[in-house]
Amino acid sequence: MTVSTKKAFRRGFRDCSPFVAIVIPYALLFGVVARDAGLAVYEVMSMSVLIIAGASQFTALALMQEHAPVFIVLLAALAVNMRMAMYSAALVPHLGKAPMRLRVLMAYLMVDQSFAVSVKTYEEEPRMPLDEKISYYFGCVTAVCPLWYLCTFTGAMIGQAIPTHFSLDFAIPVCFIALVAPMMRSLPHVISAFVSVLGAIAFSWMPYNLWLIVAGSLAMAAGAQTEFFLERRAKRA
Amino acid sequence: MIEKDIFWIVTCLLGAGTFLIRFSFLGLLGGRALPGWVLSHLRYVAVAVLPALITPLVLWPPATGGETDAARLIAALAAFLVGLRNSIVGAVVAGMGTLYLMQYLLG
Repeated sequence: MTVSTKKAFRRGFRDCSPFVAIVIPYALLFGVVARDAGLAVYEVMSMSVLIIAGASQFTALALMQEHAPVFIVLLAALAVNMRMAMYSAALVPHLGKAPMRLRVLMAYLMVDQSFAVSVKTYEEEPRMPLDEKISYYFGCVTAVCPLWYLCTFTGAMIGQAIPTHFSLDFAIPVCFIALVAPMMRSLPHVISAFVSVLGAIAFSWMPYNLWLIVAGSLAMAAGAQTEFFLERRAKRA
Repeated sequence: MIEKDIFWIVTCLLGAGTFLIRFSFLGLLGGRALPGWVLSHLRYVAVAVLPALITPLVLWPPATGGETDAARLIAALAAFLVGLRNSIVGAVVAGMGTLYLMQYLLG
């Protein structure tokens, strides 16, 4: 590493460090809740290391507890992660020329917070050279990902000690609500969430948790259509 | 209880699938752009799937055998209202705190 790339790494680390306030409790909770669901500590850790995507880990956990079929669990959990295809595409102009082995590592470590911080910086400073962009990216993920593992582990250890009368079953929906509420930032998002809830109730009779796929698809279309509608109206005005 | 073989199948495939999603453009598709309508749909995937997943857990919680539970409804609402102000930690604390309070008050 040269002086400039070291500086970029440290800067990425610094810029991403406020997000530890989100990552630490979230990872702790996952550890606690997954232990509560009956997983062994090494199983909880396997999930956090192989997947490193909190929302989809919670999704998979909740659906496996309901004994949903494997393909439904995968479909729902992967759908939750589809947003990362957008991240992947958005990083191409900045990091697409990095060596393949680094891109593999970058992909594995791609999480919401580090993506948001690095793309914001790249867009503000398009002249940043490739090696500094790479170091900056790894600085960002270093602030977040090791903590994800560590706090999942801590949570799993704590989880063993928490008695069942603390209703930890409800920590799963509460975590999801905490994740979803800040997403209500535009009318299409609100409509999409609303359709999602109504769909879940209206189709709850469906077997194999298919209601989740139907409600999710309808809600996604509702969000996109609302966006198109607002765009058309803005053009006409 | 989660069955062991189901757990490992899901964890391994979900890990592989999630990696492929992350690797997709950066690693395989290069600079190819996504069509606008695809992007518009992807934007809403998380907000479309998660509320549907939450709804039955809140309305018909497994812990009460599927009986609607006032304490959990109020706790969910509290978590949502605090979460709207962008505080994930606050929302979790408000949700679980309200649940314990309600369970205490409602017996």
